[in-house]
Amino acid sequence: MIVYSLCFILFLVGLYGVITRRNLVKIAISLSIMEFSIFLLLALVGYIEGGVAPIVDPADPVKLYVDPLPQAMVLTAIVIGLATTAMLMAVIIRIYRKYGTFDIREIKNLRG
Amino acid sequence: MNPLMPLYVVLPLAGAFLIMILGSFIRNLNKYFASLVLLFLVIISFYSLFSTGEKVILYKVGGWEPVKSIPIGIYMVLDGFTAIVLCVINLIGFLSVFYSISYIGRYTSENYFYALFCLMIAGMNGVVLSGDLFNIFVFLEISAISSYALVAFGVEKNELEATFKYQVLGGIASFLILMGIAFIYWKAKTLNIADIRIVFSSGYDRNYYLLIQILLLSGFGLKAAIIPFHAWLPDAHSTAPSPISAMLSGVLIKAVGIYVIIRLFFNMFAISEGMALLITTLGTLSMVVGVFLAIGQWDIKRLLAYHSISQMGYVVLSVGIGMMLISKGIRNEVAALAIAGGIFHLINHAAFKGLLFLNAGAIEYSIGTRDLREMGGLAKQMPVTSATSFVASMAISGIPPFNGFFSKLIIIIAAIMAKFYLLALLAVIVSIITLASFLKFQRYAFFNKAENEIKSIIKEVPFPMLFSMIVLSIICLFLSMLVLPGIREIILTPATDILMDPSKYSSQITGIL
Repeated sequence: MIVYSLCFILFLVGLYGVITRRNLVKIAISLSIMEFSIFLLLALVGYIEGGVAPIVDPADPVKLYVDPLPQAMVLTAIVIGLATTAMLMAVIIRIYRKYGTFDIREIKNLRG
Repeated sequence: MNPLMPLYVVLPLAGAFLIMILGSFIRNLNKYFASLVLLFLVIISFYSLFSTGEKVILYKVGGWEPVKSIPIGIYMVLDGFTAIVLCVINLIGFLSVFYSISYIGRYTSENYFYALFCLMIAGMNGVVLSGDLFNIFVFLEISAISSYALVAFGVEKNELEATFKYQVLGGIASFLILMGIAFIYWKAKTLNIADIRIVFSSGYDRNYYLLIQILLLSGFGLKAAIIPFHAWLPDAHSTAPSPISAMLSGVLIKAVGIYVIIRLFFNMFAISEGMALLITTLGTLSMVVGVFLAIGQWDIKRLLAYHSISQMGYVVLSVGIGMMLISKGIRNEVAALAIAGGIFHLINHAAFKGLLFLNAGAIEYSIGTRDLREMGGLAKQMPVTSATSFVASMAISGIPPFNGFFSKLIIIIAAIMAKFYLLALLAVIVSIITLASFLKFQRYAFFNKAENEIKSIIKEVPFPMLFSMIVLSIICLFLSMLVLPGIREIILTPATDILMDPSKYSSQITGIL
């Protein structure tokens, strides 16, 4: 149970960062932390106590394998996460060129 | 097995790829190629709409048959509701891309624009067709990432700020959805929507179930910009290029937000009274708060964006009323009426809000500003834009011959028949405030006397833009015919039935009858 709680605490750490940080890059890093806490959770969902990697070997029959589907899902989600992070960093670089700052308090053209 | 179904995803994906490869060699290939792809998708989506009817059609990707009637592999599902949303996506997509042919000349690197547009269409079609939760997530991210890039397409200060906000909130929404999926997989050990329903129907832990529902509702609610989650929408929708605003407001928030919420809460979860109450409350809040935020706006596109929140509130509200009645197990015909009203308003909103954003784009194209106070007297110089925007304004505020009137009428009648008198009254009041807000738009943009005289050089916009606007305004008129008996049975009733009878959806897919 403690592993799951740690996972959730990691999620909250990321959320805290997104809410309180004022530097755009730090917000991006906090988003990545949140993201990876969920990947950890997904990997834990498929874990079985004492299970081995699901590679079936006829010569050595093992009774217990871990669930491979969450692992496939985590891999897919990591690739998606890479794309969103790259996109976010590209936007941050563009914002820095336009505004000359990473401080979110000075980026407030839009309101209402 | 319907061989057309994978085409909805494969064609736009291949289109995006080919535009990037061939577009740099052949000039002007991008715009015509993208339009052709979308036109073909429109044709097959209308074919699906009329051929589907009451059936639920399955496509098993890779041909994986179910084992002991437990589905493995990826399924694509096409039923009445899906077919309607597919038509909306591809039709508005086609008209927006045709409109872009002349509009997007203001920007550089057109190849990227058309490629991203095709990717966004592929993502939305995938979300709508997908039969399992993880694929919904994957396609949702495809459409989300391309829409982040499209919002930032102008790469000026405002666009970048809007897209940053959109990305952070969209990212959090995706994480919540992924967390919900992880929790579902933990208990159910399956991802297929129909199979999850069957697994959970044999008993579940109530609090755990509630946790999943809240996670998925807040995740997809963020994507749909229901009121406590709306902060990103006005910025992102108002700063994007106009055809993209039309896509985002007209289609994206419905396809990846409202559609998935309706699908999951009717066909996957067992309907509970508490959740129905929550959804109705969120819908009412969106409807009321959205319109009050809209009325003070002077930027046309911002005003329209806030009205999107308000009109989506109508859809969520009426679907919530339907859920409430089903959960109590009484008066199923009223519930069916409420749900039909919600779906009808969803279709109508795509038509008139798409048209309004295209009008706003045309005004911006001609006079270079979005501020209502700097316009005036455009009715003479831009007669077509003026006429079409008048049609759309009357449709959104619910004036009789246009489609918005009939869907709002159905929603209000359903609310009265379900004895939610307060909600019916609120719906009427919000409709009146909407009318006031659009009269302001009409007066300041088109009828007010122009003060400065440079206005005389303003010209009407080029043909592709006019074509899209005229077609959409005709659609706004003709959609009212969906209420007529005979046409309603072909289009609205199958969609309502599949939502009213959730066991039909799951039994058709898993093969247990």
